Amino acid sequence: MAPHELRRPFKRPAISDQQRRRDLALIRQTQQRSDSQNRARRLASSIFDLPSHSLPDACQADFPDIVDVGYAISLEQFPELEASSPTVRHLDFVQASKLKGSAARHWFARQLMLTEWMIDVPPNLDRDWYVFARPAGKRCFVVSSNGSTVSRLRNGSVLHHFPSSLPNGARTKEISAPSHVYCILDCIFHEPDQTYYVIDMVCWRGYSLYDCSAEFRFFWLNSKLSETGACNPPSTYHRYRFSVVPIYDCNPIGLHKAYTGGFVFVKDGLLFYNRHAHYQTGNTPLALVWKDELCSQYVLDTDSQGHVPAEQQVVLELQDDGKLITSDDPPIVFGCLEREIIQKSSLQAGNFLRLSVIDECVRIVDGKLELGDLKFVGKANRARAFADSYSKVFFQYTARHSPLQFQDLIASLDPNLDDNSESNDMEMID
Amino acid sequence: MSLQITQLLLSAQSADGRVRSAAEENLKQFQEQNLPHFLLSLSVELADDLKPPESRRLAGIILKNSLDAKDALRKADLTQQWVNVDASLKVQIKESLLLTLRSPVSEASQTASQVIAKVASIEIPRREWQDLIGRLLTNMTQPDTPATLRQATLETLGYVCEEISPQDLEQQEVNAVLTAVVQGMSGVQESYKVRLAAVRSLYNALDFAQTNFENEMERNYIMKIVCETAVSKESEIRQAAFECLVSIASMYYEILGPYMEALFSLTANAVKGDEESVALQAVEFWSSICDMEIQIQDEYDGDDVRSSDGYHNFIQRALSMLVPMLLETLLKQEEDQDQDDSIWNLSMAGGTCLGLVAKTVCDEILPLVMPFVEGNITKPDWRSREAATFAFGSILEGPSIEQLLPMVHAGLDFLLNAMNDQNSQVKDTTAWTLGRIFEILHSSNCEYQVVTPANLQRIVSVLLEGIRDAPNVAEKVCGAIYFLAQGYEDAESDSSILTPYLGQIISALLWTTDRTDVSNSKLRSSAYETLNEIVRCSQIPETTNMIAQLLSEIMNRLGRNVELQILTSEEKEKQSDLQALLCGVLQVIIQKLCTSDDTKLIFLQAADQLMALFLRVFACQSSTVHEEAMLAIGAFAYATGHEFVKYMPEFYKYLEMGLQNYEEYQVCSISVGVVGDICRAVDDKILPYCDGIMSNLLKNLSNAMLHRSVKAPLFSCFGDIALAIGENFEKYVPYVMPMLQGAAELCANLDDNDEEMLEYGNQLRRGIFEAYSGILQGFKTSKAELMMPFANHLLQFTEAVFRETNRDDAVTKAAVAVIGDLADTLGPSIKLLLKNANFHVHFLGECFSSEDDQLKETALWTQGMIGRVLAS
Repeated sequence: MAPHELRRPFKRPAISDQQRRRDLALIRQTQQRSDSQNRARRLASSIFDLPSHSLPDACQADFPDIVDVGYAISLEQFPELEASSPTVRHLDFVQASKLKGSAARHWFARQLMLTEWMIDVPPNLDRDWYVFARPAGKRCFVVSSNGSTVSRLRNGSVLHHFPSSLPNGARTKEISAPSHVYCILDCIFHEPDQTYYVIDMVCWRGYSLYDCSAEFRFFWLNSKLSETGACNPPSTYHRYRFSVVPIYDCNPIGLHKAYTGGFVFVKDGLLFYNRHAHYQTGNTPLALVWKDELCSQYVLDTDSQGHVPAEQQVVLELQDDGKLITSDDPPIVFGCLEREIIQKSSLQAGNFLRLSVIDECVRIVDGKLELGDLKFVGKANRARAFADSYSKVFFQYTARHSPLQFQDLIASLDPNLDDNSESNDMEMID
Repeated sequence: MSLQITQLLLSAQSADGRVRSAAEENLKQFQEQNLPHFLLSLSVELADDLKPPESRRLAGIILKNSLDAKDALRKADLTQQWVNVDASLKVQIKESLLLTLRSPVSEASQTASQVIAKVASIEIPRREWQDLIGRLLTNMTQPDTPATLRQATLETLGYVCEEISPQDLEQQEVNAVLTAVVQGMSGVQESYKVRLAAVRSLYNALDFAQTNFENEMERNYIMKIVCETAVSKESEIRQAAFECLVSIASMYYEILGPYMEALFSLTANAVKGDEESVALQAVEFWSSICDMEIQIQDEYDGDDVRSSDGYHNFIQRALSMLVPMLLETLLKQEEDQDQDDSIWNLSMAGGTCLGLVAKTVCDEILPLVMPFVEGNITKPDWRSREAATFAFGSILEGPSIEQLLPMVHAGLDFLLNAMNDQNSQVKDTTAWTLGRIFEILHSSNCEYQVVTPANLQRIVSVLLEGIRDAPNVAEKVCGAIYFLAQGYEDAESDSSILTPYLGQIISALLWTTDRTDVSNSKLRSSAYETLNEIVRCSQIPETTNMIAQLLSEIMNRLGRNVELQILTSEEKEKQSDLQALLCGVLQVIIQKLCTSDDTKLIFLQAADQLMALFLRVFACQSSTVHEEAMLAIGAFAYATGHEFVKYMPEFYKYLEMGLQNYEEYQVCSISVGVVGDICRAVDDKILPYCDGIMSNLLKNLSNAMLHRSVKAPLFSCFGDIALAIGENFEKYVPYVMPMLQGAAELCANLDDNDEEMLEYGNQLRRGIFEAYSGILQGFKTSKAELMMPFANHLLQFTEAVFRETNRDDAVTKAAVAVIGDLADTLGPSIKLLLKNANFHVHFLGECFSSEDDQLKETALWTQGMIGRVLAS
């Protein structure tokens, strides 16, 4: 034995990368083989378009996780969800990832799923919905791709540009992921602990989750996120911590936990997600927000100075003909601005305007809110990308007059939680 | 006959070529006609003291080569050949060999002892030469045995222990061997040669002494004798005893506690005052202890290792005395030691050991070493300056970055100045130390920066000056540049502060590759490899132009190289070595350019020319293909995609040549990988070449001479081809499926206790699954029914693999995917099969609880596919 043969390289390292070139070639080939086999398997899309309605009961028992029994029902209920195919969105994202500046802002401003405000309690709250506490903070999209991570606020502007442990979220020594590996997370950035709370998962490793039920997305979110190290404390290649929010079935226990439970973050209301709903960009009635004074510091809207004004204020978009509309699709017309005010304040179509509600003029006709005359206050903050939604205006109105209370939510829950026969009846009526 | 063979053996060593080859031919005929008698004649020749030593020597060598070979397959053949020899003849041969041990001609007895060990390596594991150990021991116990026989016997025991493994001997035999050996070492009346033979045998027998080392009394005795032997008056014996101690340090680390004090003073004395050959072993003893403690720390992986039973903290406990001892050795440099790579001396061993000590105790080394560094680094004597620098460079790995950074910050400027030292050895070590600093402490994403925009310019200019220094210094500078660049590999921004200097650095490296004042090729290859790292770590697009220029420069160089008129074989070898380096750079450049669509255009514009060059490189050799060129072709095919089809007519013959080169299995393996790359690049356009490729792949699979590491990739390659050509794979099914089934059976019969076999088994399983996956997916749209007859076998094999405890993650992934492929392709027709083989439920359950994302995704897909079939 000649031990010095083993020791010699200490001072005389031989720089020879031939073996490294071989190894790198092998890694590349293995990756590409797996990619092309997965293409053949259509792994990316087929998971999400299994014909679930054709699965008999026996099979459901075997495979409870994958089979989304509510899928067909939810599609029938909400036909508009069928319109957007995953491939279209997928291409959109790949193209959008190359966008820069205002074009990127514009595109990303339209990608978040926006909750409606809970005006009344949806049916089957306990059976079809999840509830969780909403962390106070800035709602944003977090996108990891090409070795970096970018968070964008609701208006599309960049909040942070940083390295993270999300897949392809930093340039680290590990085998760099191919460019099609990217993730999109729906988050709230919570200032006090500098943490991104992930409230929804939209794409993971390039696989679109747009057309998956919330149930599946939450399952995926909870099983995937922590595996990446994204939930670890910040480090060189991971500037911000990510965290998940506990999500509860919306039964009395879950609802109480979300409402009264203590969390590491400051709470700002409760979010309700329909478990069968897909991720839909824009406003959706299948994801709701509800607040009261106990679970949020921000129940009533503030004005531009941060004070709660004496009269309710709304932000609406001005149209060519002077009509004032909400951000809904299709929009709701809440009134009309006189031509002389438009000219005097040199307003243009597309401007977002702040207006005061005159309580005496407000009426509720057939459950629909009509604001009547509105008093022009001024232009809204320039950063605004959206007008208020109808549900927000309505919620703010009721919050000032006859708020929907926690007891109302509890009272709406089905006391016979486990009685399946009744549930089935209800489904058939739907 | 005996006269005749003596003459043949002598003639076979004749200076006259004709006589020699005639004799060799005759010997070969004899061997082929009657091997058993040939072997017997040789052993008789070897035993006969009346024969000339020259014929006896060659007889012994031929005997040895008839029993053992380096190549595993050849060795297996030879073993079988010996086993088949008639038993009575074997007895005669062995008696002759044992008789030869008694020969006063030491060359004959030494040869015989080696041949005996070779026979023993075949027979003892088969329990066939049961009395060998006993008979050898008799030589040692009989009072009147001559010293020469005692020496030959001890040597034989040592060789036998080296050849066989501990489980081949009974404990009683081990005890007797150890007793004989230890007596041989300690006997006062024994001759020098007997004692040397004894201590060398002990070295080989240590592995057998497990039980004896567990017994305190026996252990104390063995250690006492070894320590006594380590201070014998003959240095060769002392060296051999220290070699035993080195071996004991790693084999019996856990029992060393009570002996450490004695061992410390023993080694310290040797390091201070003994001859270098002995001192080197004494240092090696401590290096081995470091190896052990580092290994145990790794196993604990962050847990508190110091509180564990198995960790004795020897290094930390000896630290305050050990480090000064090692620092002393650093001052014992030889003049010009850095210019000769074969030199290994005390100062090098000491620095190496110091580096290991730093890795073992981390921060604690610093206060012991830094005063030495500071005290010596400015001394007028070059030895002091070199030793101080070497000490500093050695301890950079281990201590925390927080502790090291202030010191490196304080010392960096000094080191940069020291690159102008008047002594070349100081410069060599300084450049090496700079390289270590960059390797260990420099990363652009680190919170604390060693290299800053403020000092980078100076660093680069010092390095670029240093690269023009003596070749050994230049080589270390290449290393420093290599690691300087590597620090920017993970840069987060699209721009690197190194970029403005890359032009100068690349020119300096190219200049270095052209240096003519260099005796060996090491500097040139270091410079090219450093160039590769520069390319890998550069930021595209800001370096695009530079890389494009480099591409054309390297292509020009390769163009000139293939034009050379080659005469001698030495020139041919040089040409081929340079081709390897240039193709390596091209491969790295191709991969870099293809990371973005814009830069890929540069590659595509050069593609035709590049291919022409690669073809010229291939044409330079008639019998084999150039490995690095083949490796570059893989990257090239991936980068060109469908366009690669147009190169196939010309390239194909070289691909075939690569596939047929089973002797250079790396070449074969890379060629198999390239087939996969081409399949993915051109899809079914590979069809016209498939008959040729497939027949070569199939031939390789049945070729017992091909290194087994290529077998699994061959299976994966079937999958690549099937996926590319789809239904056209049908005609290969009758050939491929039996191969897959045979390999599946082989997997079940591999030896579980052999690490290498376990690994091989896993590679094979993965290859088989990848083949099935490719074929199933390839047939999915039009020929699914072809796979129906194999579904059951595949499910059974998958189940067997599922139950296999040693399967690795890659196998699991491939196995779970193949079930999905089966369900996806065959659909409702395998509903019943899937229902009956419900192991998949458990298998998927296991996958879902894994931490591997991709595995879970694949499992989810498979679950969906099975669900669809079961629901049909």
